[in-house]
Amino acid sequence: MNTNSPEAAGPTHKTVEAGITLLIALFGVVVIIGSLKAGINWGAEGPRAGFFPFYVGLFIVVSSAINLRDVLRGENDGLFAEWGQLRQVMSVVIPTTIYVGAIPFTGLYVASMIFIGWFMRWLGKYNWLTVTAVAIGMPVVTYFIFERWFLVPLPKGPLEEWLGL
Amino acid sequence: MEELVNLFHGFAVALQPFNIMVMLVGIVLGVVIGVLPGLGGANGVAILLPLTFSMPPTSAIIMLSCIYWGALFGGAITSILFNIPGEPWSVATTFDGYPMAQQGKAGEALTAAFTSSFVGALFAVIMITLVAPLVANFALQFGPAEKFAVYFLAFCSFVGLSKEPPFKTIAAMMMGFALAAVGLDSITGQLRLTFGFTELLNGFDFLIAVIGLFGIGEILLTMEEGLNFRGGNAKINLRVVLQTWKTLPTYWMTSLRSCVIGCWMGITPAGATPASFMSYGITKRVAKNGHNFGNGEIEGVIAPETAAHAAGTAALLPMLSLGVPGSPTAAVLLGGLLIWGLQPGPMLFVEQKEFVWGLIASMYLGNLVGLVVVLTCVPIFAAILRVPFSIIAPLILVLCAIGAYSVHSSTFDVMLMLIFGVLGYLLKKCNYPLAPLVLAIVLGDKAEEAFRQSLLGSQGSLGVFFSNGLVSTIMVFGLIALFWSAVQQGYTRLRAAVA
Repeated sequence: MNTNSPEAAGPTHKTVEAGITLLIALFGVVVIIGSLKAGINWGAEGPRAGFFPFYVGLFIVVSSAINLRDVLRGENDGLFAEWGQLRQVMSVVIPTTIYVGAIPFTGLYVASMIFIGWFMRWLGKYNWLTVTAVAIGMPVVTYFIFERWFLVPLPKGPLEEWLGL
Repeated sequence: MEELVNLFHGFAVALQPFNIMVMLVGIVLGVVIGVLPGLGGANGVAILLPLTFSMPPTSAIIMLSCIYWGALFGGAITSILFNIPGEPWSVATTFDGYPMAQQGKAGEALTAAFTSSFVGALFAVIMITLVAPLVANFALQFGPAEKFAVYFLAFCSFVGLSKEPPFKTIAAMMMGFALAAVGLDSITGQLRLTFGFTELLNGFDFLIAVIGLFGIGEILLTMEEGLNFRGGNAKINLRVVLQTWKTLPTYWMTSLRSCVIGCWMGITPAGATPASFMSYGITKRVAKNGHNFGNGEIEGVIAPETAAHAAGTAALLPMLSLGVPGSPTAAVLLGGLLIWGLQPGPMLFVEQKEFVWGLIASMYLGNLVGLVVVLTCVPIFAAILRVPFSIIAPLILVLCAIGAYSVHSSTFDVMLMLIFGVLGYLLKKCNYPLAPLVLAIVLGDKAEEAFRQSLLGSQGSLGVFFSNGLVSTIMVFGLIALFWSAVQQGYTRLRAAVA
């Protein structure tokens, strides 16, 4: 922590980066295990399926070990981000997660309308007229561009079925 | 001379009315993408790729490459007027471009930037026209070992040339290779690394990764910084343009140097961003007014813009002639080729003459059209930036979701995109380069195939990669690139020790 004032508090860069480096190393271990399952030696048709990814996994683990050493030795005592900034980031990540999770059930159009509307109203504090115009306008324009002109079907839900689109 | 004939045929293709329209649409979309935060060349092209599924391949590539040129032009607008680089390669343009705008010379700065971009691109296209057929012809003789050596060289240059720590580059790259390996093994037909998840049968599509890493990740970064745009008005009139054009020829040496740096960095997959910084740095050192750089020197705008545009364009040379993209955006274009049913690589020049030369001709025309469009429409594009982020962000997020879904019509891909987005945000904050990760996902299967086929031919001996002059030369270049920063450091230390 470089300052003690409450508004500049947050996780240190060192901690977060060490955590991410460990996660990457873990990913490498998973790759190695998967490769071992697929077989890393020579078979009838040459090197087997796990041969190449095995070494790739090994590279990930080794380079992560070196990166971890550099992180822990490093002089970077700054913050990764302030809590307020992370809250901003989460205020996008959480609704987007809900949005993405809802698409298989409501279809893309309805989910997008609610998502855009929520985002503009809650984070942007626009009046309802602007919110409604953009939230409904954008999916409608999308419908015409993608489905009508370029013939790319997008996921639809009960509402579109009811409308017969 | 045969190339010249082919090029004229290419112009005939590119000048068809439908293709001209597609070109204009592409350029305008591209500038908008370049201006908006969170939408960049690579993920902008990835999102719009599904729109081209129903088009003829030549029109499709013209549209997508024009989006790319447009994005290259667009990055300069926000850098100069708002001090916000719309694209990473225009960061260096802010150093002198924004001070110029503050001194009321926004018109000069924009004209210089656009014109330099055009010059850089033109230089690179001429180079592609002359060199690409030769490289492709040469590459036709490549066996699996030579092919692997080319991939090896490409990835080693990333490690040696990127400004991120080498082991972070290696870790990012290897993650890409691992993601590419997931699913059906193309040689044995065996499943691997799926751990029983049926969703992973087909592996990870790099387009999803591009949209997530670059699109969502960028939005999250922007949210964290809490952007509010403030900036001067853009006024460009013919008088300013002509006056600036009169002064530009005096900087011909800077332009030429920046073109060469850009082309070199574009072919070796280091990309436009390091090219722009390198060009700015070198020009600052050698220019007469170098000490005044950072206070609004026009040369400080010319150097990075020329190099960035030359590099962005030159990145298509290895993509077309070898099937090895020189930048993430070139990688997305390569993905497009596969989707349209074309096999990237040297055979393109033999089998798909109309496609290749139509594309090359469209690069000449597209950049010319781009120059005219940006010079005349700057105020409109700058106005887009005044739309508040809380309106633009959800729209971009929805567009990313649409893009990710329509690649394979799969809602699972949309979730993957979000995961890649959060990952991209974290990796970027921790200084991991994303470009090698994406390129490794694209090229992973091909590199592995070449590697395994070479080993099969040699009964498992690694000596096959040094078995003849050609493959050894490429491998040695790769090793030099890999240890480039170490070599440089050692040299500096040696000189210090001697002195």
